[in-house]
Amino acid sequence: MIKLIGVVIVIVGLLLRFNPLLVVLVAGFATGLVAGMSPMDILSAIGQAFVTNRYMSLLILVLPVIGVLERFGLREKAEDIIRSMRTLTAGRVMFAYQIFRQVTVGLGLQLGGHPSFIRPIIAPMTEAAAGREGATSPSWLDRIRGMSASAENYGNFFGQLLFPAAGGLLLIKGVLENAGYKVDLMVMAQYAIPTAIAASAIALIRFLLLDRAIRSAGQNKGGEQA
Amino acid sequence: MNITLDQIYAVTGVFLLIFTVLTLLDKKQSGKNKLGTALFWGLYGVTFIWGKEIPPAAVGAMVVVMALLAGAKWMGLGEYWSATAEFRRQMADKIGLWLFGPALAVPLVTFLVAYFFPKMGALVGLGIGSVVALVLAFLLTRAMPVQIFQEGRRLLDAVGWAIILSQFLAALGFLFDKAGVGKVVAEMVSTVVPVDLRLATVIAYCVGMALFTMIMGNAFAAFAVITTGIGIPLVIKMHGADPAIAGVIAMSSGYCGTLMTPMAANFNVVPAALLEMKDKNGVIKAQVMTALPMLVINICLMYFLAFPGK
Repeated sequence: MIKLIGVVIVIVGLLLRFNPLLVVLVAGFATGLVAGMSPMDILSAIGQAFVTNRYMSLLILVLPVIGVLERFGLREKAEDIIRSMRTLTAGRVMFAYQIFRQVTVGLGLQLGGHPSFIRPIIAPMTEAAAGREGATSPSWLDRIRGMSASAENYGNFFGQLLFPAAGGLLLIKGVLENAGYKVDLMVMAQYAIPTAIAASAIALIRFLLLDRAIRSAGQNKGGEQA
Repeated sequence: MNITLDQIYAVTGVFLLIFTVLTLLDKKQSGKNKLGTALFWGLYGVTFIWGKEIPPAAVGAMVVVMALLAGAKWMGLGEYWSATAEFRRQMADKIGLWLFGPALAVPLVTFLVAYFFPKMGALVGLGIGSVVALVLAFLLTRAMPVQIFQEGRRLLDAVGWAIILSQFLAALGFLFDKAGVGKVVAEMVSTVVPVDLRLATVIAYCVGMALFTMIMGNAFAAFAVITTGIGIPLVIKMHGADPAIAGVIAMSSGYCGTLMTPMAANFNVVPAALLEMKDKNGVIKAQVMTALPMLVINICLMYFLAFPGK
């Protein structure tokens, strides 16, 4: 049971709103000590894993491009597109992006991401579409940005296992074959389809409900003015 | 042509060192804020350029310093010489849809490299794509190179310390693994669950995947542990589930957990920071009401699909 001390520290630390880096630091040292590692071993383990996982932060490379394009009006241009297409709502843009992401990642294409699509293109579009209905308050802005970011995650997570050579499927195969079970990648990809369809359906409902909430927020605002 | 991932990391490190210099030259920032921010990006840059040469324990110590800087709130925003709204509007009208070109070049080049040079792979592709896009953006906007990096620093400062959280969490996952946290969790679950009931074991497997993914922040890390501890002994061996079908649905259940945890920093925390949201948990809050029904659906799918002819 004492081995779970790190898990407890993470949960309690995050609930008490300490800085997550500090929480992870304390949890890591506590767990390492419980596992019988010396402080030096723990530092080595942290350094090793940190360096091995640098790929997770390669988005840094994309930031100057996105930043300079924003300086020259990328957001404004994305908003223009929304203005010229009256039928586009925030929810519809999110759903269209999610399907695009799901289909492309299912074909093994990594076309997407929060830095290269959501921040520069999708979020400005959804904000502009919601703004047209009158949902412009800071809390609405937060809600719309959160939903825009979620579209990327839904598409990515519930599309990637459709691709027979996906990293996730290879990992499943590895673990199961280690335990002595022969499994077929094609069968696995096939049985990822129901989950993918369900995810699209639920996301669609969420996005349509968001559109409805945006519309009624806009109408209420009109009511207040009258 | 052969470009290695280490070279891409080196370029990233150089970017970070440029941000460090710009922070030091920043006239708006001062005192602890300036020092902390510069030190944070400087150390981070060093881990990118010389990460493999420096002894792991020294890198670990640098990470600890970075965590302490963030915890002490010695980081802040600077002056980036941002454009006015009028300038942005004017330039948007002048350049038009071409503005999307460099933005779309990143994924396009990533794909082309991954497809035509499979040895280099998608990560190297992302690095090459970013550099190509940077050149295109420069040609398109004729912005001063210094200003291009100021804009990059503007976005990176907005993300702040959260950028290293994913890498740091990977280290925590490694330590959890060393201590055998997964085994303890799996044992606890299997003592609580009425193992004779097929549905109960399926729920234990799927919910176990979601919960342990929430703790680890990573469904891949959770999969090996929960499948070995719960999936194989209870669902596959005892009740005869098809391993391939149960396995893939269990992984999807793990993804439901990924949607609900701040530990999956690169999917939930970094995007909230990148989108400059007030609520740092805003992305997670948006996702919970999708993740929970999806978890129930995955439980049903495993129960009805993974036991063919039984």
